[in-house]
Amino acid sequence: METLLGIKGPDFVMLAADTTHARSIIVMKEDQNKIHKVSDSLLISTVGESGDTEQFTEFISKNIALYKMRNGYDLSPRESAHFTRKNLAEYLRSRTPYQVFMFVAGYDPNAGPELTFIDYLANALPVNYAGHGYGAIFASSIYDRYWHPNITQAEAYDVFKKCIAEIQKRLVVNLKNFTVAVVDKDGVRDLEPISAASLAA
Amino acid sequence: MALAEICKISNAPYMRPNAWSSADVEEEQKGLMCNLANPYTLAAPPFENPLHNLNQIQANGDKTGVKINFDHGTTTLGFKFKGGVLLAVDSRATGGSYIGSQSMKKIVEINQFMLGTLAGGAADCVYWDRVLSKECRLHELRNKERISVAAASKIMANIAHEYKGMGLSMGMMLAGYDKRGPGLYYVDSEGSRTPGNLFSVGSGSLYAYGVLDSGYHWDLEDKEAQELGRRAIYHATFRDAYSGGIIRVYHIKEDGWVNISNTDCMELHYMYQEQLKQQAAK
Repeated sequence: METLLGIKGPDFVMLAADTTHARSIIVMKEDQNKIHKVSDSLLISTVGESGDTEQFTEFISKNIALYKMRNGYDLSPRESAHFTRKNLAEYLRSRTPYQVFMFVAGYDPNAGPELTFIDYLANALPVNYAGHGYGAIFASSIYDRYWHPNITQAEAYDVFKKCIAEIQKRLVVNLKNFTVAVVDKDGVRDLEPISAASLAA
Repeated sequence: MALAEICKISNAPYMRPNAWSSADVEEEQKGLMCNLANPYTLAAPPFENPLHNLNQIQANGDKTGVKINFDHGTTTLGFKFKGGVLLAVDSRATGGSYIGSQSMKKIVEINQFMLGTLAGGAADCVYWDRVLSKECRLHELRNKERISVAAASKIMANIAHEYKGMGLSMGMMLAGYDKRGPGLYYVDSEGSRTPGNLFSVGSGSLYAYGVLDSGYHWDLEDKEAQELGRRAIYHATFRDAYSGGIIRVYHIKEDGWVNISNTDCMELHYMYQEQLKQQAAK
């Protein structure tokens, strides 16, 4: 039901995530943040089985923080994605697998932006654009149509707006609010959330 | 017996003259009750791979006749507002269609500043709330400072995540007042933990949400908030067969919690009916 979106540009990665926390047919919360700032230039967004998402994201982000404490420098986005994938793969073959879908997004001053798609079977794939959840099905064709290699942050934000408008128009589930965050050479920051109200304005 | 020696089975339990010696009984007792000494050694369901098989057993319950009817069904709610945190709960405990109790205390008093609500499996909630109470007291003794609601809920969420899929059934709210101000967290047996301003948990929560959402705003006066909580639970007891009994309202302020009222929902029903009649007469 939940939806994550991600776009990579020539010098940034932008993520969007809905803010709904639902349990069976009840919406428990409308302001759940699913995009986590892991370091100065790394974002991880997670959806999936409730409980697993929080527990696994925290496990990964605390370990990445620990790596920095031990070594004095950050794990690069590519390395972070590999670390996440490996842990997910190991848990997948244990008694207690984590059912999580995530994006690892970061900016490396040398290698540039990096967006990695990871699903619950621990497939990891560097991508230019992708989504998780039902909403991503509607988003995929919009990405195909509007994404180009020189996309700017403003254009990417507009693509998200198009995706979210479509999700709210065609998806039966009500996903009112989306938080948006971006990571580039200046680090991570939040952008204006996209909601039904802000789209109408 | 020489053959048994050769086969190295003379020490096996089935080779002993009396398989049920007192030592055996003691050993078995120890295995079943070790959680009294260490609550985290709670025995898992007594079969292989409980994650998978417990669901299968429950699903085939109608055919096999082996079905566990957990004590279930509840309405609990909690919300933060200007005047602190308010909790309201019903007090009916049911096992299948049988009402086991009409006077259960579904709000656990963890300390003078923190309360927990129970919904879901009654035994699971009571057991783990006791463990949580212990952990909170230990935290207080170790650190000379009361535990925050955030930390307490994290302990609960970690426990729930550890036992995820093993058949625990809990949906609880932890509410309290700490140095960060009023706190309200929702924790369930899925392992999810989330802070919020307004929650309702249990089979009657859908009905309670209806009344609560339509009457809630941040600037409620104390009396209004208490009445809103009580009313939401009352309407849930009216519609939900698994909720009822005494409606308990607790209010947590800066200086600790106060039990505002414990009223039978039938009493409230006649009171609200009377109010309706008077309104109609005007």
